[in-house]
Amino acid sequence: MSEELVAIENLTVRFDERPVVDRVNLSLHRGDIITIIGPNGAGKTTLIKAILGIQAATSGRIKRARNLVIGYVPQHLSLESTLPLSVKRFMLLSGRSLADCESSLARTGVSHLLNASVHHLSGGEQQRLLLARALARKPDLLVLDEPAQGVDINGQAALYDLIRQLRDELNCGVIMISHDLHLVMAATDKVICLNQHVCCSGHPADVSHDPAFIETFGRPVAESLAVYHHHHNHSHDLHGNVIDRDHASLGSGTGDCHEGCQHDHH
Amino acid sequence: MTIIDTILNDFFWRALVGGLGVALIAGPLGCFVVWRRMAYFGDTLAHSALLGIALSFLISVPLNLGVIITSVTLAMALMLFSHNKTLATDTLLGILAHSALAIGLVALSFMPEVRVDLTGLLFGDLLAMNRNDLLWIYGGAIVILALLAVLWRGLLMSTIHEELARVEGVPVARLRLLLMLMFALVIAVAMKMVGVLLITALLIIPAATARRLASTPEQMAALAVVFGFTAVAGGLGMSWHLDTPAGPSVVVTAFVTFLVVYGVVGRFSAQGSR
Repeated sequence: MSEELVAIENLTVRFDERPVVDRVNLSLHRGDIITIIGPNGAGKTTLIKAILGIQAATSGRIKRARNLVIGYVPQHLSLESTLPLSVKRFMLLSGRSLADCESSLARTGVSHLLNASVHHLSGGEQQRLLLARALARKPDLLVLDEPAQGVDINGQAALYDLIRQLRDELNCGVIMISHDLHLVMAATDKVICLNQHVCCSGHPADVSHDPAFIETFGRPVAESLAVYHHHHNHSHDLHGNVIDRDHASLGSGTGDCHEGCQHDHH
Repeated sequence: MTIIDTILNDFFWRALVGGLGVALIAGPLGCFVVWRRMAYFGDTLAHSALLGIALSFLISVPLNLGVIITSVTLAMALMLFSHNKTLATDTLLGILAHSALAIGLVALSFMPEVRVDLTGLLFGDLLAMNRNDLLWIYGGAIVILALLAVLWRGLLMSTIHEELARVEGVPVARLRLLLMLMFALVIAVAMKMVGVLLITALLIIPAATARRLASTPEQMAALAVVFGFTAVAGGLGMSWHLDTPAGPSVVVTAFVTFLVVYGVVGRFSAQGSR
């Protein structure tokens, strides 16, 4: 088993006596990609803030590997427009060399923005900049809070793909929060479904069958995910064939799927 | 030495030297007020200065020290109260700002033996600046500029993204406290110049003017100092020639500079895009 980066034992965080994170256990190893999913107010952000060390635990323990370097990609960069700041300056504020900063920007595909103002970036560019800044620190652990927010649908898939590649290159651990269930499911080793407590966890394909998951997200979502995985496993058979989407869904539709999830359902 | 002595013997030059010293620290600190949206916070601290003066008469300590102690105490109280979410921060600041001002005025009225120039305290008495004031201003300026130089990267990072800064090991809470101490110090030394009601203007207006022309944080801080100098020199000139009150004249000059810079740059960028 590879090196353990973070071990969480029985972590509870309460706000005003209300448990927001309730007795969570979690172990994260080098090379893992763990995705936290869950409804709004499930304590996802609180949990990763505890992992980052910026949210105090009410009880329980978090053990981090010695000299653990964490790269944090926050949800967004809400910068005051009164603060003039270029991408280059923002990168250099990490304290790393210009060469390091430039190569991380190149790795996330935004090196052309080096001299642009941080205020004029699109949602996708901003996410890639934040990711580059985390990379410049050469992290052992990458923590991402909804990395694909404000990114268009094609960009989302590319972004999750990039995160997976970065895991391989840096040999780091990755833990992220996501709402893009169907995209995340394909790019993740382990899913944790959080609703204050861990209601279920495991491999994506298993989790989508778990009664607790179905109860939290509803049957349509769970089924769409399960079907999506079926589709994913067989995507090589279809590769190269352009299939009419309507035709395909007519051909293998099971009929009980919710109308809204037909795009997952070939 | 004789030249310096001659200059410092003249009340006009003393006012100019003192005013420039205040502008030197108000520039970079004003940028943080603008970046961190602390304008109302600065106002609250400034208003509490009057309470500080009343207290220093009561326990007979130097006025500047009394003002610093009151501002710091209030800043700490605000930090503690801000965790309480029942009242919005601006409501809380509004309550404290005006209460502190009112309590200060009431307290001063209880001390008839103390003769204070209330107009001077509220709106400044730049021309009454003495050598002791200059010592306070330049002593404060050295401390604040040294602190800013050392803490600049951390302060900037925690202003840009507090949580990211914390993850990267920036001591955010300690820096916030130091920033408040610096505000308290600048208020104590600037009070004599523009008075408690106008201090915030001296922090905000030059920084906001600088924003229009700056493309890096450091440029903005430096330009804010330049516009602060302009305001002080212009305001004193105006006061000299038109016999207007010095403190308000400085603020009026700062405001005119702001209008001119935004007007001129606005016209230039409009032509550029045509």
